Amino acid sequence: MDKAVQVLVFVGGVSAIVFIIGIFVFITKEGLPFLLGRFDVAEFFTSPRWRPTSEHNPTYGALALIAGTASVTGLAMLVAVPFSLGAAIYIGEFATGKTREALKVLVELLAAIPSVVWGFIGLSIMNPLIIKTFNVPVGLNVLNAGFILGLMAAPIMTTIAEDALKAVPDTYREAAEAMGATRWQVIFRVVIPAAKNGLVAAVLLGVGRGFGETMAVLMASGHSINLPTSIFDSVRALTATIAAELGETAVGSDHYRALFTLGIFLFLITFIINLTADLVVRGIRKK
Amino acid sequence: MVTAADRATSVARPKVEVRDLTIRYGQKIALHNVTLDIRENEIFGIIGPANSGKTSFVRALNRMDLFTPGMRVDGTIRFDGREIDKWRNVYALRKRIGVVFPLPVGLPMTIYDNVALAPRLSGVKKRAVLDEIVERCLQRAALWDEVKDRLDSLGSLLSGGQQQRLTIARALSQDPDLLLLDEFSIAVDPVTTMRIEDVLKVLKEEITIVLVTNLVQQARRLADRTAFFLMGEMVEIADTEDLFTRKTEDERTQAYVEGRFG
Repeated sequence: MDKAVQVLVFVGGVSAIVFIIGIFVFITKEGLPFLLGRFDVAEFFTSPRWRPTSEHNPTYGALALIAGTASVTGLAMLVAVPFSLGAAIYIGEFATGKTREALKVLVELLAAIPSVVWGFIGLSIMNPLIIKTFNVPVGLNVLNAGFILGLMAAPIMTTIAEDALKAVPDTYREAAEAMGATRWQVIFRVVIPAAKNGLVAAVLLGVGRGFGETMAVLMASGHSINLPTSIFDSVRALTATIAAELGETAVGSDHYRALFTLGIFLFLITFIINLTADLVVRGIRKK
Repeated sequence: MVTAADRATSVARPKVEVRDLTIRYGQKIALHNVTLDIRENEIFGIIGPANSGKTSFVRALNRMDLFTPGMRVDGTIRFDGREIDKWRNVYALRKRIGVVFPLPVGLPMTIYDNVALAPRLSGVKKRAVLDEIVERCLQRAALWDEVKDRLDSLGSLLSGGQQQRLTIARALSQDPDLLLLDEFSIAVDPVTTMRIEDVLKVLKEEITIVLVTNLVQQARRLADRTAFFLMGEMVEIADTEDLFTRKTEDERTQAYVEGRFG
């Protein structure tokens, strides 16, 4: 009996590793022929021309897609970081009893809203609102997608940031309060520095979420290939490109394999971001 | 200018006057009807077994009841003649009262920043001034020689005894006129304890010290006067030597200081 449970738990634990390696092997296998053949590093990273369907001269420049993802994620973080850190500080340091419990549940509910619903909000509410407010022709742009994505990422960031604040021992707060620090001084001078690693991890995981998000960005960003010069430009994200195009490519074609190459690139970026977040949480820093 | 008359009144007026102090946590009474005075520049010892209300008493002095859920304080405590719950700015009150908790709390910042925190909170920015405060407080807490070459390393990495001296240095950096020590030697080795005790003897020339301890002999070594708390009651209060030489009234006190219970 004991043995059986042990095996079950072992399989459960190992399966995560097996799956992640399996996924990586799969996308690498599908993308590799392109990477070794048609792929041109300079073109991929410096050309904004993503024209895989051109009959005579297909080009595979991902710069505009990278810029699209980066600009949307960047704006999303500008929205999400103050919101989520503020919420975490309120929930963790000020709210008490029922208020606190209710807020925590609500924040977790917010995190559970499907991304397509957020995309729908971007499409049907934000879009006309942006057109009217800023008097621009299109409301599906960096601003829209970034804002939506920021709201999407904020709940999960709030939860992680609040955990980080909660992990700061009360003795620290007590010691600081006893020496005459005000609540804000306690929070800014003692609690936040002590929770710094967890807070940075929360932000990094939000960034990872931004890079990986597909549906909401696809719906709200305008999905047009552009190097954005203002927040009112429509852009296209890496993820959205894969989602929108993969269904229409012939399996094994250059286009198909180029999309998998985008997948490898995305995988590596999110992997690095998550790994960094993890290392930061563990406090592995220079010093 | 301080005239002789001023000095006379300041000697006459106790540093802390406690009247009919009762402390409750919900329904439970932690301390019942305590009345006592703490004189300027004395070490005032409080002894008693666990659960006798010693820590609650200390927490009430610094108005820590404000952030202790369920703690209720009745009666009056006057600090320098002013009722502490009438201080409009509780932070200003706390700045004048340093606290050292039983377990050392090295805040997760450098040794320097630990000691410079309180002055910085009060708005001191000049590096030279801070340097001077940090060195003076670490000296007084008998820690300077051990850490002077690594002020930039984390305070939380020091050993328990060093952290407790760091905590004392931090309490002193507020420049308090009252220092509350709550069983400071629990996590400190005997040698360090003796060093800190020596420090306290010097400090009392300048400030008033309340020493809560479960080590009866520590009270005897340090305190000018000692109060004996038992199960939320103050059994008696006397000059320390009288308490230890059977000159006091209460049988329970004798039993406790002689180690027959507790």
